[in-house]
Amino acid sequence: MNNDQNHPHKHDHPHDHTPIVNEEKPGYYEILEISIRELMIEKGLIKPDDVRKQIELLDSRSPVLGQKLVVRAWLDPEFRKRLLTNGVAAAEEMGITIYDDTAFTVLEDTIDTHHMIVCTLCSCYPRAVLGLPPDWYKSKQYRSRAVKEPRAVLAEFGTIVSDDIQIVINDSTANQRYMVLPLRPAGTENFTEEQLEALVTRDTMIGVTIPHLN
Amino acid sequence: MGPIEPGNVKLKKINMLTTVPHHPSPLEVGDTVTVTVKFPIGHYRTPTYIRGKQGIISRNLGLYINPEKEAFGKNAGDKLWYYMVSFLQKDIWEDYKGLDTDVLEIEIFENWLEPVKTTNNE
Repeated sequence: MNNDQNHPHKHDHPHDHTPIVNEEKPGYYEILEISIRELMIEKGLIKPDDVRKQIELLDSRSPVLGQKLVVRAWLDPEFRKRLLTNGVAAAEEMGITIYDDTAFTVLEDTIDTHHMIVCTLCSCYPRAVLGLPPDWYKSKQYRSRAVKEPRAVLAEFGTIVSDDIQIVINDSTANQRYMVLPLRPAGTENFTEEQLEALVTRDTMIGVTIPHLN
Repeated sequence: MGPIEPGNVKLKKINMLTTVPHHPSPLEVGDTVTVTVKFPIGHYRTPTYIRGKQGIISRNLGLYINPEKEAFGKNAGDKLWYYMVSFLQKDIWEDYKGLDTDVLEIEIFENWLEPVKTTNNE
């Protein structure tokens, strides 16, 4: 019998395989998180299932929700008004709960104003409608440069903003969460909702690019 | 309408106490403000790049829990007025490359804003 246990074999495992061992030691913040979580459970402030539920809730959110808001606003002028006046209520009207007690403000691009969002202090992001932020959004490069040289940052994303368009940067610092309502591209008059949604990518709602036809 | 019962009067008083703001907004939309320059230790939501800069209140966002206290578990009803403030980029960055009309908007709590008296020469 061959003693090499790493080659593919058909027999019904009469021998042990190399056990799976976790040799990685937890880091400082992992230990801190576990300690705080266990303390909160011990004190009855949260239930063990609450953390899992919250992760599940966060994971259920994705840019698909933002797309639906944008496309509805493009197609329905009355909804557009409601979305711009009270983002939380308009999102809830579409069945999207803003679950974290933040204020949700939608920023309207016009033919002469372009918006772009950033959180210079950390990673505030409209998670309820876009899901988790991309890594670059949390990078120090983006956070520091978006406020100081937005036109250069936009150019790196392939978005050249001409000199007759005003750029408005919204730095989210505490309770506000922003989403950009981009312009509907010309030539989409006969598009279906699905076709329009395909144009509204995550990055168009952050404002680093604009919806465009390929 | 029946006679006013003592109970009703009491209810009305309680209602007034809870709806009349004890702490009216110190600033209004359109006011010119300067962001306070201070460097306290703790949990502050005012980035350093905006301290000392002059802008205009663009929205009154209402009363929000004071994060400087909340970070330390002291959030029992302590709320501060919270505003969206607009700054011209050229007023923030000396070497700003872009339009003179490019704007940065940021939310700032009232305890970081000082009203600027704009002189009226009319």
